[in-house]
Amino acid sequence: MVDKPHLDEEALAELQDVMEDEFEMLIQTYLKDSKERIESLKAAMKDGNADTFAKTAHSFKGSCINIGAPRLGALCRKAEKAGQEERLSDAPPVLVAIEAEFQRVTGALHTLMAGGAG
Amino acid sequence: MDESAAESGPLNILIADDNDSDRLILKTLLKRLGHDVLDAANGEEAVALFRSKGPDIVLLDVLMPGMDGMEAARQIKELAAERLVPLIFITSLTEVEALAKCLEAGGDGFLSKPYNRVMIKAKINAFNRMRLMHQALSDQRDLMLARNRQLLEEQHVARRVFDNVAHTGCLNAANIRYHASPLSVFSGDVLFASPRPAGGMLVFAGDFTGHGLPAAIGAMPIAETFYGMASKGFNGSDILREINQKLVRILPKDMFCCAVMVEADFGLNQLNVWNGGLPDTWLIRSSSERFILPSLHLPLGILSAEQFSAEMEIVRSLPGDRLLLMTDGVLECANGEGQLFGEQGVRLAVESAGAEGHPFDALMAGIQRFTGHQKFGDDLTLFCLEMVDEAGLTVLPDNTAPSTLAGPTQWKCVYEVQGRTLEEFNPLPLLLHICMEVPGLRRKSGEIYTLLSELYNNALEHGVLELPSEWKYTSEGFNRYYSERTSRLGTVSNHYIRFNFHHEPMHWGGRLSVVCEDSGRGFDFQSHPVLQSTEMAQSGPRYGGRGLALLKRLTESIRFHEQGNRVEIVYDWYL
Repeated sequence: MVDKPHLDEEALAELQDVMEDEFEMLIQTYLKDSKERIESLKAAMKDGNADTFAKTAHSFKGSCINIGAPRLGALCRKAEKAGQEERLSDAPPVLVAIEAEFQRVTGALHTLMAGGAG
Repeated sequence: MDESAAESGPLNILIADDNDSDRLILKTLLKRLGHDVLDAANGEEAVALFRSKGPDIVLLDVLMPGMDGMEAARQIKELAAERLVPLIFITSLTEVEALAKCLEAGGDGFLSKPYNRVMIKAKINAFNRMRLMHQALSDQRDLMLARNRQLLEEQHVARRVFDNVAHTGCLNAANIRYHASPLSVFSGDVLFASPRPAGGMLVFAGDFTGHGLPAAIGAMPIAETFYGMASKGFNGSDILREINQKLVRILPKDMFCCAVMVEADFGLNQLNVWNGGLPDTWLIRSSSERFILPSLHLPLGILSAEQFSAEMEIVRSLPGDRLLLMTDGVLECANGEGQLFGEQGVRLAVESAGAEGHPFDALMAGIQRFTGHQKFGDDLTLFCLEMVDEAGLTVLPDNTAPSTLAGPTQWKCVYEVQGRTLEEFNPLPLLLHICMEVPGLRRKSGEIYTLLSELYNNALEHGVLELPSEWKYTSEGFNRYYSERTSRLGTVSNHYIRFNFHHEPMHWGGRLSVVCEDSGRGFDFQSHPVLQSTEMAQSGPRYGGRGLALLKRLTESIRFHEQGNRVEIVYDWYL
């Protein structure tokens, strides 16, 4: 997992090319969505709802891969697997890692946008 | 980037994904490819949009809160019904089972995350090609169905028109059995039967080369000619000549009509048969006595009027004899191994009828056994006529509509047939036509025709040709009679037959007097038994007992003049 970069710059460059003016809005949407999903994951964990935990992680994983955050995507995959296998006891450390990685990704994306704007 | 529009113009694409950022990316990608995009965040929204906007292609995320992609797919496919709307699942699922479930729910393909615009473009185009091909096929199928329906409707309309011209005539008579498909005219088969004005029956069976409309079109003038001429008293040969000439004129070179014409005289117990190209006609007397009447002529519509021979074979029959005729479809019936029923099949079936069985039933059963089918194709016609006592036949009502025009009621007319014309011309239809001009007399056409034909045939055969009628009563004499008749007809150049008509209106209706005079030597009418008493005689020197008795019954008076070659009858008719 450590081999995956925080941001896939090639994918992001292509996205920037596709989205043009809407790129910034896309990033904001992603960040807002992701925050909500992290809250959902926490709630599901608290409720002990493994199925919801897995589905939320699956969906989160998809958007991470699409946006070009492969390492966060891989962590989501790990969480999804834990949920599918009803191993919510393994969830807390993964969730901690997800939150930490999300902070990095948020920072990196902001830097990217600032650089892109500049 | 490549922003060219899709191969066939912009498509209306519905996408559904609960993931806002993913949906935004996909929507933008598709828009950049030139398509119009509808987006939904869950299954319910997707189904509602599909219902209201009817998009061309649908992209669905599998996992969505509420109604998921699978359920949405099922509902969308149901709404699409016959329309092919390609449905692509967006998924990062990799388990084979999950993917199989997507296909079972109606999915046509997959698109995986992360999105790749080259792949998306290629997929959309590929699925659009599939969609267009399906559309084209559906359109063609619909068109074909519509055309086929139209064709069938047209055939039924044509059939109704044909039925008006070629009604079944007297095919429903008690002594007739037949099999003919209701749409057989479109396979080229025709079957007509008509009563003759003076009793007896004419039957025509034909089989046109070719199928479908061309065959049916050829059948129309035949029907018209056959029924028109038969009711006017023309005989089988006259009608054959007319039909042949008509067909030669109207049919293309490679089209003709194989046919059989049968003239049945139940009173004389005589059958006249002409077979041009149809399978052997059978005369079945008993389980051991059968005669075959093969085709002796070319089919109708080939030979010019000068080359065409309408000469009919004259066959003496007995009450209870059955005449069986058929079209090629009978011989061409095939069994599972592709073998044909053939003449052999007909022979075996007819022979299997035995003493009790009806040859028609035997042949039908034989075909069923051979082909293994209860139902036959449209292209075979089978007909059987039984020779019965004239009295046993119900006379068919004369349904000719009376003319509304006033006609001649007081008139005289002389008509004389001379020399070689006696050999080849039948004046009876013309003479009948003259009499039928009298208003009210049309209803009596049968009786008038009988009178005229008795007078004419006696004048010709016994007066001019001097053929003794008693010859007809033995089989050897019967053949001799007709061969003599043919040869003596070649020597009539100095002879004549003259008709004098006189019609007067009477307060009860009218009186028709006919004098028929011939150039023959006459006969000793003074000692003719029928003229001496009311006793029926089986023979006479000149008039057959039957013919004279018939004249006596129908007329007010009958008188012979000169040396017996001048007959005068008076016929009264009543309103």
